Amino acid sequence: MTGIVPAVEVQGVTRRFAARKGPGVTALDDVSLTVAPGEFVSLIGPSGCGKSTLLRLVADLDVPTSGSIEVFGKPARQARIDQDYGIAFQQAGLLPWRTVAGNIELPLELHGAGKAARRRRAAELIALVGLSDFAGHYPDQLSGGMQQRVAIARSLAESPSLLLMDEPFGALDEMTRERMQNELVRICAETQAAVVFVTHSIPEAVFLSTRVVVMSPRPGRIRSIVSVGLGEMSGRSEDLREDEGFFRALSQVRELLHGDEAAPTGARGVERR
Amino acid sequence: MRASQPGLLQTVLAPIVFGVAVILLWQGLVTGLAIKAFILPAPFAIGAEFTANLQNVTNGMAVTGRNALIGLIIGALLGIALAIVSALARLFDEMAAPVVAALSVVPIVALAPVLYTMFGAGAETARQLVAALAVFVPVYFNTLRGLRQVRPVHRDLMRAYAVTNWQATKAVTLPTALPFVFTGLRIASSLAVISALIAEYFGGPVGGLGKSITSAASSSNYGLAWAYVLGSIILGLAFYCVALVVEKLVTRRSGG
Repeated sequence: MTGIVPAVEVQGVTRRFAARKGPGVTALDDVSLTVAPGEFVSLIGPSGCGKSTLLRLVADLDVPTSGSIEVFGKPARQARIDQDYGIAFQQAGLLPWRTVAGNIELPLELHGAGKAARRRRAAELIALVGLSDFAGHYPDQLSGGMQQRVAIARSLAESPSLLLMDEPFGALDEMTRERMQNELVRICAETQAAVVFVTHSIPEAVFLSTRVVVMSPRPGRIRSIVSVGLGEMSGRSEDLREDEGFFRALSQVRELLHGDEAAPTGARGVERR
Repeated sequence: MRASQPGLLQTVLAPIVFGVAVILLWQGLVTGLAIKAFILPAPFAIGAEFTANLQNVTNGMAVTGRNALIGLIIGALLGIALAIVSALARLFDEMAAPVVAALSVVPIVALAPVLYTMFGAGAETARQLVAALAVFVPVYFNTLRGLRQVRPVHRDLMRAYAVTNWQATKAVTLPTALPFVFTGLRIASSLAVISALIAEYFGGPVGGLGKSITSAASSSNYGLAWAYVLGSIILGLAFYCVALVVEKLVTRRSGG
């Protein structure tokens, strides 16, 4: 791996949120993580483990209290200014007064791409996410899953080598969710982008990822990193969900997550849930 | 999206049938109970006065309507401009908030006599200013609220795109605020007519609807007074409907 500039390099990052009273909250405590180009890394953990905070720091939507973050060898801020990443959030966050095509063109338009180039790129992406019949529709005419597909197409608009996704399927029903995961696998295989993917679904993390980063809360730390080893993106399909390796990785991640809960609650001898 | 739109026939016909029924009932009561004209004139009598004095009524509508429109434009521009300043500068917002709040509780038409002495009783300026002040308050508050409605996810998106403040304002802040601005304008549109009209009661030149109503009533010409009231209702409705149509056009796509 030496000589290759990592897509994301997080070193000793701590993020503390000041509180009006008391010592404040440590959302992330001395976190280090490297993501290789083309790698799909999921961040998983219970609420409050800082997984979204970590993603926001990589995107430079927030600044770490200490530590350093580099994206393709540049400081996160420079990477944001250079538009080295595409981003999708839990809410699709489409502009309701723009059509599907208009929403996908938004980043291109803001960064001064020509009209013809914009049109062409939007049409490509709309086909990629399977919404060709809906290019002229407005967001309020689309289902939640379709809106999220538009948001993903928008994040891909400038062909970034890094995709940051913050629970993009979190608000979708289970069936739509699995279909979207299959599509994301296909899209990633086609675009060859590295992905940092925040989720709280264990099967989702295992199905999609090269590596799953298991985090623990208060303060947010990396508990362990599981290499899923289910093969290349291009080889992943629906059958994988029945695969033995899939189940093995699933239980491994689950044990790591639950070991986390056992520590504080076990002491009091209380079984939660 | 609504599951089923009521038919055009239903939306148009139903209110018309209802209106005709009310007018007939009114006419029947007035003639049946022999109600005196100074208490309540019969609708047909009002209609007759209205058509007989159509020229005078429309002239009155033009005078009052012009004052209301000028007031609406001045008040709206001022309201929008100051709301933008308030949204950009927190200090200005904190300074302006109590002043605007005070302004909103002033019975604005009560300023009319003072303004007549300031600008002279022969000018329409006082009436236009009264309308402008009445318009300013709802437009200011609604615009300011609209400018603060940018969703966090859109703010994050704009930051992720590393665009300039002005680009973000154009792409997200203004379109988000627009429906709120037009809601403010819709509320303000009827206020403008009412204020311009009531302001005429306190003095100033003759010719407007308000003056015509008072002078017709004081010369015991009740049918004519009501004909001018009818003119005022039509004028108010016209302002409101235009504002409503514009609002509907603008807010078609801002449901989220």
